[in-house]
Amino acid sequence: MIDWGEPARLDVEGISVGYGPGSPPALEDITFRVPHGSRVAVVGPNGSGKSTMFKALIGLLPLRRGRILIHGLPLGSHHDCVAYVPQREEVDWRFPVTVTDVVLMGRYGRAGWLRRFSAEDRQVAGECISRLGLESVADRPIGELSGGQQQRVFLARALAQKPHVLLMDEPFTGVDIGTQEVILQLLDELATKEVTVLVSTHDLSLAAGRFELVVILNRHLVAYGTPKQVFTPENLAGAFGGQALFLNGTVVVDRCCDRGGNAGCAGPVVGPQRNLKR
Amino acid sequence: MSAVGTWLTEPFVQPFMQRALLASLMVGVICSVVGCYVVLRGMAFLGDALAHGILPGVAVAYLLNGNLVVGALIAAVAVAVGIGLVSRSGTVREDTAIGIFFAAALSLGVLLISTIRTYATDLTHILFGNVLGVSSFDLWLTGILGVVILLVVVLLYRQLLVTSFDPVFAMTLRLRTEWLRMLLLVLLALTIVVSLQTVGVGLVVAMLVTPGATAYLLVRRLLPMMTTAAAVGAVSAVGGLYISYYANVASGAAMVLVATILFFVAFLFSPDRGVVWRWVRR
Repeated sequence: MIDWGEPARLDVEGISVGYGPGSPPALEDITFRVPHGSRVAVVGPNGSGKSTMFKALIGLLPLRRGRILIHGLPLGSHHDCVAYVPQREEVDWRFPVTVTDVVLMGRYGRAGWLRRFSAEDRQVAGECISRLGLESVADRPIGELSGGQQQRVFLARALAQKPHVLLMDEPFTGVDIGTQEVILQLLDELATKEVTVLVSTHDLSLAAGRFELVVILNRHLVAYGTPKQVFTPENLAGAFGGQALFLNGTVVVDRCCDRGGNAGCAGPVVGPQRNLKR
Repeated sequence: MSAVGTWLTEPFVQPFMQRALLASLMVGVICSVVGCYVVLRGMAFLGDALAHGILPGVAVAYLLNGNLVVGALIAAVAVAVGIGLVSRSGTVREDTAIGIFFAAALSLGVLLISTIRTYATDLTHILFGNVLGVSSFDLWLTGILGVVILLVVVLLYRQLLVTSFDPVFAMTLRLRTEWLRMLLLVLLALTIVVSLQTVGVGLVVAMLVTPGATAYLLVRRLLPMMTTAAAVGAVSAVGGLYISYYANVASGAAMVLVATILFFVAFLFSPDRGVVWRWVRR
């Protein structure tokens, strides 16, 4: 249950973010507050700024305006408390590292850059590996894994960081159903440990069914609230525009023209019917 | 002493050959270790450009009767920082910036050297190395720079690993990835300077890339890749020196060709990535 009285884990206050100087902002005037340990889905059409927002949240892109507070303190005041699971195509899969090597990177923040890994570091890494069902491939190079296994390796690394806020960019794109279920169960488990989770996804029914809060982005904040509150035909039309098609209270979103040619962008997604009845 | 023993030791009776052996060994190891990052980060073109970029520095040092290695050192760091700064702003693509610097520095170097009377010989030595002419001062400089380079690679192992593998993650750990990239460029520049006398600017890219690429085919983790590459580099350097002595051919070229042969052996017969085994298994 969401306790709005708790100090918020993540406050986004009127941020605007852009890439080059002079270019139009990719995100403008975004404000929302995520309470303690909630699961938030971030949805929006291609190019709506989902990845941009995540990059701003980890301090990768400078803010033109506004601020981001975690536990009431600005981004960067805490060490290692935000973990980020990158999109699969952001990683060099030919790099000579094993699954264990990658997961241990999650401990760099604690172990430091020079000290040997402590027994605790190794134990935590081992736990994260088995939590994601990767024991059998723990010593394999990451390039030899399947897409779903690769996604789980990076989730295991994020877990090994013991984060307070976990950001996952499109973790369900191009993974098998088994991996999707492992990730979703993990999100539920993290919620009980009061880890705040933000996940961007194309899958609106997943967002409606498995997340407590939903952010709809389209360069601006279109809507923020519980799935019931935000998945209205008006909001979806506002976000997806011509990509959304309404059929008897069901919304169909066309996402065939996926930016960057992500794997798994096959066909339309059917949105949640129950939330769309007027 | 047995015939083989004599065959092995005979070349190194002369002090200049002993210096050549030491210099080649050091260069083989240093190039190969730094070269692992060149291979993994796709910096081969950059390395080649940096190598040619030091030519004007060498030429100026030569004209002023200074030490060639010191002149090369200054030029290499200047070119490394120059390429880093020009491509950093993002207005010019990195490979374009490299192309511009590379050709300009090479031209400036040739222009300066062409004013010297013994132009052809000197240029050949700079382009392809002259390991037999290594002085003990050069040897000391190589040794000291080599220790510095390897020490930085060891001390910053995790930082360099994580920033090469996953720069976004590195930034979330508050690593200065831009700074590390510059540092790697400077390390590369120093490595090239160290290799100047042994393999020359024209061939140094082979000593940087080939042992690392060979090791990549044989092992699956970065640390073993570095040690394997170092071994390949050392074997190539010493093997090349023997071939050079007994066949009376250019030493730098011989070293590079030994490394190339080792690469093709690994390419064909590596236990799990070799072309032959894959073909046999099919």
